[in-house]
Amino acid sequence: MSGAHAPAVAFDAVTVRYADSPAPALRSASFVVEEGELAVVAGRTGAGKSTLLGAVNGTVPHFTGGHLSGRVTVAGLDTRTHRPRDLADVVGVVRQDPLAGFVTDTVEEELAYTLEQLAVAPAAMRRRVEEVLDVLGIADLRDAPLSDLSGGQQQRVAIGSVLTAGPRVLVLDEPTSALDPAGAEEVLATLSRLVHDLGLTVVVSEHRLERIVGLADHLLLVHDDGTVTDGEPAALLATAPLAPPVVHLGRWAGWDPLPLTVRAARREARDLRTALETSTPPPGPAVPTPPAAAPVLLQGLGISVRHGDVTAVDGVDLGLAGGEVVALMGRNGSGKSSLLWALHGTGPRSAGAVEVRAGDTTVDPSRESPAQRRRHVGLVPQSAGDLLYLATVDAECRQADHEAQAPAGTARGHLDRLAPGIPGDRHPRDLSEGQRLALVVAVQLTAAPDVLLLDEPTRGLDYPAKEALTRLLRRLAEDGAAVLVATHDVEFAAGVADRAVVMAGGAVVADGRARDVLCDSPAFAPQVAKVLSPQRLLTVAEVRRALAAPPSADGARDLGGAGAGGSAPYPVLGGRR
Amino acid sequence: MPSLLPTALPRHLHPVAWWVWAVGLAVACSGTTNPLLLLLAVSVAALVVAARRGSSPWARAFRLYLLLGAWIVVLRVLLHVLVGYKVGQTRLYTLPSVDLPGITLLGPLYLEGLLAAAVEGLRLASLIACIGAVNALANPKRLLRALPGALHEIGTAVVISVTVAPQLADSVHRVRRARVLRGEGGRGLRSVGRVALPVLQDTLDRSLLLASAMDSRGYGRRPEQAAGARRLTGALTLTGLLGAAVGTYGLLDATAPAAVGLPMLAAGVLLCAVGLAVGGRAVQRTAYRPDPWAWPEWLVAGSGILAAVLVLLVAHRQPSAVVLPLAPLRPPALPLLAVVGLLAAALPAFVAPAPPVRGTR
Repeated sequence: MSGAHAPAVAFDAVTVRYADSPAPALRSASFVVEEGELAVVAGRTGAGKSTLLGAVNGTVPHFTGGHLSGRVTVAGLDTRTHRPRDLADVVGVVRQDPLAGFVTDTVEEELAYTLEQLAVAPAAMRRRVEEVLDVLGIADLRDAPLSDLSGGQQQRVAIGSVLTAGPRVLVLDEPTSALDPAGAEEVLATLSRLVHDLGLTVVVSEHRLERIVGLADHLLLVHDDGTVTDGEPAALLATAPLAPPVVHLGRWAGWDPLPLTVRAARREARDLRTALETSTPPPGPAVPTPPAAAPVLLQGLGISVRHGDVTAVDGVDLGLAGGEVVALMGRNGSGKSSLLWALHGTGPRSAGAVEVRAGDTTVDPSRESPAQRRRHVGLVPQSAGDLLYLATVDAECRQADHEAQAPAGTARGHLDRLAPGIPGDRHPRDLSEGQRLALVVAVQLTAAPDVLLLDEPTRGLDYPAKEALTRLLRRLAEDGAAVLVATHDVEFAAGVADRAVVMAGGAVVADGRARDVLCDSPAFAPQVAKVLSPQRLLTVAEVRRALAAPPSADGARDLGGAGAGGSAPYPVLGGRR
Repeated sequence: MPSLLPTALPRHLHPVAWWVWAVGLAVACSGTTNPLLLLLAVSVAALVVAARRGSSPWARAFRLYLLLGAWIVVLRVLLHVLVGYKVGQTRLYTLPSVDLPGITLLGPLYLEGLLAAAVEGLRLASLIACIGAVNALANPKRLLRALPGALHEIGTAVVISVTVAPQLADSVHRVRRARVLRGEGGRGLRSVGRVALPVLQDTLDRSLLLASAMDSRGYGRRPEQAAGARRLTGALTLTGLLGAAVGTYGLLDATAPAAVGLPMLAAGVLLCAVGLAVGGRAVQRTAYRPDPWAWPEWLVAGSGILAAVLVLLVAHRQPSAVVLPLAPLRPPALPLLAVVGLLAAALPAFVAPAPPVRGTR
């Protein structure tokens, strides 16, 4: 191969422009990813991350259309003259939804597919499939149908299916965003093994930077205007708007070098922990807890859901009070969605009772007509876009007003409150994930339900969109609604929830104040809690508030001096940020 | 049951061997209306299925084929009662007849007519049992993998469409639930359009994702074929298909000259095969763990062919032995040679390797 000494991936003044869009998706991007690096691509939704990743193997523009100027080379091969299929043994591509890219139906055949296309000799093919089965630890799944696997296993098979061809570069487009924390861990552990043991070059995009930035050698920041900045992760994250909580904490505390992992931050945080200990009394909750006398708006008793032989939900009692946001957590298949749909009354319920407050009486939502039901309980499903079917945002809003028999402009009003400035003539499919979610929530709020249930709303949302969603849900709760949100995203749950409920195997295994449930669990603890343990603080905002709490007895607070020989002076409130 | 052959380790038999066996058995069935022979053939198919089917979902579908067969027998008899041409000696019952222009409904029922209808239904049912048996025994996807290289793309398309069907059902379900969330009943003609549009979008998105994934995994990575070779492939295949069509017509039409029948069909099939071989030369791909063709395959395929040959031989030599004698009505004969042939078709139950047991996870 001509490019034995060429860098793994090189972009030289690459600009990509799609036919019907005014601004380029990628603007004169120049960077080099060297052999053996793990490069993380970060940026806001719609900033051009997928375009960048697609350009690596020539899918952009060979498959997607559009115009690419500049030069992309992979291992010395120019994508101008090499189509994606010609690069199949040089670049392996793994996408967000593994199931959508599977061509065959069992693990072993899927692993062999690329090799069959490349006409590899049967003996070599057999050997490589066996090697990859071992590298990825999926040998015991070899005969399994792909659709029976868990999300993490499917994604590992998808990685394996491109790995068999022996590529030099692995490109992954948000490989963990459809997975639960355990599945995401599986995939990330696999990635780190591929980078460290096999020396593979990996280019990966990820919304939840906290999961991956600790592994990264190289960060590619795609800005909203399509330009790309690249460099050391720690250096870039010091100023980047998108950053995981641990980086926010480090920035706020002025740590240098900026820690990227919980481990590094915990070492830096000794002084901060001491300062927090002395700033007793312990901080109040991040958000005011609802008054004890808050009315219970929805009560589920002994709910069971069976799908065929499988018991998805097993005798769950759950009450939702007005003014609280409840996070429903648990691994994939633990029954979260089934419980949500059963509480809403649209999904099946094998046993148990659900009562929703409707004025002065209570009703069972499953006995009501769909139109009546949504006045009491609203649900935003996992693929929220399914709710939209009209051609423009305005049409959707008008239809929502009509469906809910609300005064004209109600839905648009909600939408402007949630996500201001969405043009009314835009097609819903052209909105960003966050804007589309806001539109769906606005449609559901138009019916003025007292209880809102959301299933995995943060999927595909970037940090600013998640913050906006947090503010929105808090505001709903302040207005007296009860909100139940099923989520995998511990950082989001830490920021939004008053109460956390953890499910496993269809039963509730923990139910209590979010602070207690999240801090006590190694799986669900947010980064800030891990850094500051045993302090029970969930977010950077809470840390700030804790240190700004009524000063201790000696009056003036000199946090810099509080820690013995602390090198980094902690900012007094109002100092930084 | 374990294989009688000590060296036969559990493995998948080559799907083409099962198809040859089943087609042989089906040809034997089509050559007779003797209920004893037909029932024997169905029993043989059932025995082999019981002994050698795998653990896959379609392996359990054999019962459905048998039910379908039984339903066909019943339907055939009912049709005979309703519109059939009634002749015979033994009158069983007389239904009031309805005279319509050109046709008489109901009317007298004769034992001979009913039996004739039943054995004709039984013949069709036994053909269906043969097809059901091979579906239970040979994974249809493995058959597609055994296709010649030139047909590889068609095989891929079929596999994908089979995989996509459940995903489509899933997306219809999801979108309908979303409609209910917006307060619609989810029924009625208007809701069809509102479900269809998002489902269609979903399907298109999925297809594009899959196409892009296949593209980046090397699908269609073949050197451009020379124009001459492409034209040759097209001409050979087209001529071959034409020849095969004319040949089939000649074979079925008794008045056609003999040369138009079997020779024409054979020549057409041969031309098609050459066309496929020429087209397949350009396809550079290999098969992962292809099914081997060893002597169990020869035995299984041979037993099916033997059944067909022996039954057709008996039908040729003593035609009265392979039909149910109706005028006068007599119990059917039991020709030894045909029985031996059908029993030989039960051989795969003993000589075919047992299918591998799926590893427990």
